[in-house]
Amino acid sequence: MVLHVKTAHASHVFRALADPTRRALFEELTRQGEQTVHALTRYAGVSQPAVSKHLTVLKRAKLVRHRREGRETHYRAQPDALAPMVDWLRVYGAFWRDRFDQLEALLERMK
Amino acid sequence: MSHAAESPDTLVVERVFAHPPEKLWRALTESPLLAQWMMSNDFEPVVGRRFRFRTEPVSHWSGVVDCEVLVVDPQRRLSYSWGVGESEAGLQWVVLWTLTPAEGGTHVRMEQSGFRPEQKANYQGAKYGWQKFFSGLERVAEGLE
Repeated sequence: MVLHVKTAHASHVFRALADPTRRALFEELTRQGEQTVHALTRYAGVSQPAVSKHLTVLKRAKLVRHRREGRETHYRAQPDALAPMVDWLRVYGAFWRDRFDQLEALLERMK
Repeated sequence: MSHAAESPDTLVVERVFAHPPEKLWRALTESPLLAQWMMSNDFEPVVGRRFRFRTEPVSHWSGVVDCEVLVVDPQRRLSYSWGVGESEAGLQWVVLWTLTPAEGGTHVRMEQSGFRPEQKANYQGAKYGWQKFFSGLERVAEGLE
């Protein structure tokens, strides 16, 4: 049973999404498609430097990509990067179900 | 049955076993018994005790789960942290076992939640909940293989 869910990348993804503002930004991008930093700042209701910082963390986790156009930076979501999270639910879901079966078998053997 | 509870950082598996809570508690807390259904371990039911589960190493993972006992409430609740991987690249969860007497046996609930303690605090105070995010995640996951 492999329980490490490709940790090197997964830890970035989990940490990036552990923050509610970043989660909100990421979801906004998956919902609306590409957005400028200005639009995201209006949406998030926090300062632009704060939004930029959050976007950097999301970028490091490969959850978003950006491109510059004139003076604006546009961001878009990379939903494929969520794979470690989906893996986690799948891997551990199977792991615990299997352990429960083994626990049941042990209980039968115990006096 | 297992399902992601109200958030994708929490995994819940529940089952009713036709055995009394005392027996379940032994299976959960006596190291040799625990080894028979979980993994080999040096567990002791003492709060603050650090212990390890060990399984076969695989590429990129030593097969070790680093844990610390957080809650010992005999025949009712048992909790330990669950850490996989080294420091920066590592991931940490909390496993909570809850035993409740049920008709003809014991209802066992295992909840595994993450991530790190400071992030957990953050998440609890969040106005933007995981629940909302999860519906989006499910939609996105459908597009992944």
